[in-house]
Amino acid sequence: MEIIETDIAIVGAGGAGLRAAIEVAEADPNVKVLLISKVYPMRSHTCAAEGGAAGVVKDNDTLEYHFNDTVGGGDWLTDQDAVEYFVNEIPKELTRMEHWGCPWSREDSGKVAVRPFGGMKIMRTWFAADKTGFHMLHTLFQTSLKYPTIERLDEYYVTDLMVEDGRVHGVVVMEIRTGKMTLVRAKAVIICSGGAGKIFPFTTNGAIKTGDGMAMAYRAGVPLKDMEFVQYHPTGLPATGILLTEGCRGEGGILVNKDGYRFLQDYGLGPPDPWPRLKAMELGPRDRLSQAFWHEQKKGRTIPSPWGDVMHLDMRHLGEKKINERLPLIRELSRLYAGADPVHELVPVRPVVHYMMGGIHTNIDGATPLAGLYAAGECACVSINGANRLGSNSLGELLVFGARAARNAVDYVKSTEYLNKVKTIQAQAEDAQSRVKALFQSQGTESVPGLRKELNATMEEGCGIYRTEAEIKATCDKVTEIRARYKDVKLEDTSTVFNTDLLQTLELGCMIEVAQTVAVSAFERKESRGAHQRLDYEKRDDVNYLKHSMAHFDPDGDPRIDYLDVVITKSQPAERIYGAGAEGQVV
Amino acid sequence: METRDVTIEVLRYRPEQDSEPFFQSYTVPCEEHWVVLDALNYIKDELDRTLSYRWSCHMFVCGSCGMVINGEPMLSCKKFVRDFGDKIRVEPLSNFPIERDLVIVQDDFMEKLSSVKPYLIPKEERSIESGEYLQTPAQLKTYKQYTMCINCLCCYAACPQYGLDDKFIGPAALALAHRYNADSRDVGRSAREDVVASHEGIWECSFVGACSLVCPKDVEPAGAIQQTKFTSAIDYITGMVSGGGKK
Repeated sequence: MEIIETDIAIVGAGGAGLRAAIEVAEADPNVKVLLISKVYPMRSHTCAAEGGAAGVVKDNDTLEYHFNDTVGGGDWLTDQDAVEYFVNEIPKELTRMEHWGCPWSREDSGKVAVRPFGGMKIMRTWFAADKTGFHMLHTLFQTSLKYPTIERLDEYYVTDLMVEDGRVHGVVVMEIRTGKMTLVRAKAVIICSGGAGKIFPFTTNGAIKTGDGMAMAYRAGVPLKDMEFVQYHPTGLPATGILLTEGCRGEGGILVNKDGYRFLQDYGLGPPDPWPRLKAMELGPRDRLSQAFWHEQKKGRTIPSPWGDVMHLDMRHLGEKKINERLPLIRELSRLYAGADPVHELVPVRPVVHYMMGGIHTNIDGATPLAGLYAAGECACVSINGANRLGSNSLGELLVFGARAARNAVDYVKSTEYLNKVKTIQAQAEDAQSRVKALFQSQGTESVPGLRKELNATMEEGCGIYRTEAEIKATCDKVTEIRARYKDVKLEDTSTVFNTDLLQTLELGCMIEVAQTVAVSAFERKESRGAHQRLDYEKRDDVNYLKHSMAHFDPDGDPRIDYLDVVITKSQPAERIYGAGAEGQVV
Repeated sequence: METRDVTIEVLRYRPEQDSEPFFQSYTVPCEEHWVVLDALNYIKDELDRTLSYRWSCHMFVCGSCGMVINGEPMLSCKKFVRDFGDKIRVEPLSNFPIERDLVIVQDDFMEKLSSVKPYLIPKEERSIESGEYLQTPAQLKTYKQYTMCINCLCCYAACPQYGLDDKFIGPAALALAHRYNADSRDVGRSAREDVVASHEGIWECSFVGACSLVCPKDVEPAGAIQQTKFTSAIDYITGMVSGGGKK
């Protein structure tokens, strides 16, 4: 097998991967960096983020406010040292993005504009109309072209991490165009491969978000942390699951039930006026809003649609001018995919799987317990999101921790030599190749789309907005069964050239591993916190569960779950307060 | 859910076994709300695992799924099956080599994109402590449209000039060069001029405007190229007058 040598291999070229690559290039041009992605960088799912990135920049705001909003929003499952670092760094990172050309929306004065966002006490979300992630991704990608030391492997799929003597030594990649596999020897690897929304049937996530990097780290022995916390975004379009940004509500949009009633006032988020008001009503946190929808549905107060019950997002009072200026993509998406023009009509929406709070366990440095392995962005869990991420914290997270992981990786590789056991690493790489080759020879009977549909269905049944022991148990059992049947999977396309049947087969293997950690972690957490709501354990239980779940891989059995203490520095767990008592800014 | 049978004719090409591309037909029971991409996904999941194409976001922002549908380059996630009759023909983007089926080779674009220096070149480095550059909404507006490009390459497939001569830098890359040239924070126009105003750059555009017509994001690359021609011509004339003419 051919061997490529680099110092730092980055897996995934979305926002976190690109930010990390640029940081390596800026930190030391003598450090070689290889950016590997299964898609061209600009196809990465960062492009789909719409609403914005939160960072304290205005005079009426403080870092402490952003800290408190984030820690409370996460239902105290956040690591407070990481949150403190995050809120300190993010204004600098967003300013750096501005210096790199990001077309942030502006105030008349020429300063960057900010908009309200859910669960934030003060307006602090920087935005580029309603295509913030898209503009950040393209700004980062185009800026990365400035640095000659950043090399890329576009459309290469990473199959395995190379691990020996308790350290990472590189990855094995497959060129999608040719099917050729290559060993990339690296002293450090940074995984920035995004989330795994595709384990659910109804998601805002693109086709590529199959949890590959999470599964790869997990198989290599790194725990996946807090995987039971899956964020349902309250406003997705029915049928497609396309995201309508929280910015719709930030700009003043309201949610109503079948009677035209702003039902959120019945769920501890009112009173409805004055509006817009931060940390209240439609600008409450995502977990609370999606949960309120679930209750309305149970009460028969939602609106039936061919794709499940919906509520209505009403933006008509914002007027055409504001909608065109602030929410042009939303208008286009709503008209095209839901046949509803928000200027004149109510838009049907329902909660949709959007984001994984959990991920590859890292410390505040972005380092995993495996020497040389780092992770950042949605695939990672550095624990700034806890049990519920606030909207507009993830775009900031990928910058802050993409950069931090990169700086630490640079320090690490400078004091590290390549492992001299080349033969051992080569043998591992050959094994990885054999596993892929075996798929070509398999006489299996299980179909990839068939297994994927079963996996999707059971995840929605057992790991939805509200969960019960019996349902989660059924899902755990089903995933165990699917995992066993996957060993008998049938590859129908035996070409080596751009074989998307093969890619989907490998991705499905990752999805199953990740799904199993979600289900088993959910089963073990016998409390309700943030996005993990148990009908059989309705209260938060700080005595037993103010802890991170850690799912450890077992090649033959279910994941083993143990727990890690949460880092608490200055904010003791308390009640989450929204609505009347939250004293959110009136816009 | 009610469905309507639509014949999807897809151009197939697997370099290992096909000497040349051919059309393969599939009958797909399409739902009313489906886009062409949904029909392809149905084929992939239910009828033929060997069909290859690129896609991801399904909301016309990742730019992966550009293809030629009934003769016109477009995003398959943005075009509804209901807008067509009982037969839809799907081909890879024209003017590019076919890698396989609907997947094109886009290395050429990646190099061209890089060649126009599509990043901010400031007058001087600005420290983070000094905060953001001021840029008024009016200044933002002068280039904002050209930031919308998702690199889907529909414009290259539509461009007659790129079809004739693949050395032409082409619509999307030239529009991005203009995007930075027109940004009040940028002083890189002369650094981009070598490529942008070269023989393979703006002057090769014959201004048919097909790029702007097919652009799914209303970027208007043709307008960007016209504006760049105008400023380059002014530079040239000013240079002649002041005696410092450029090559």
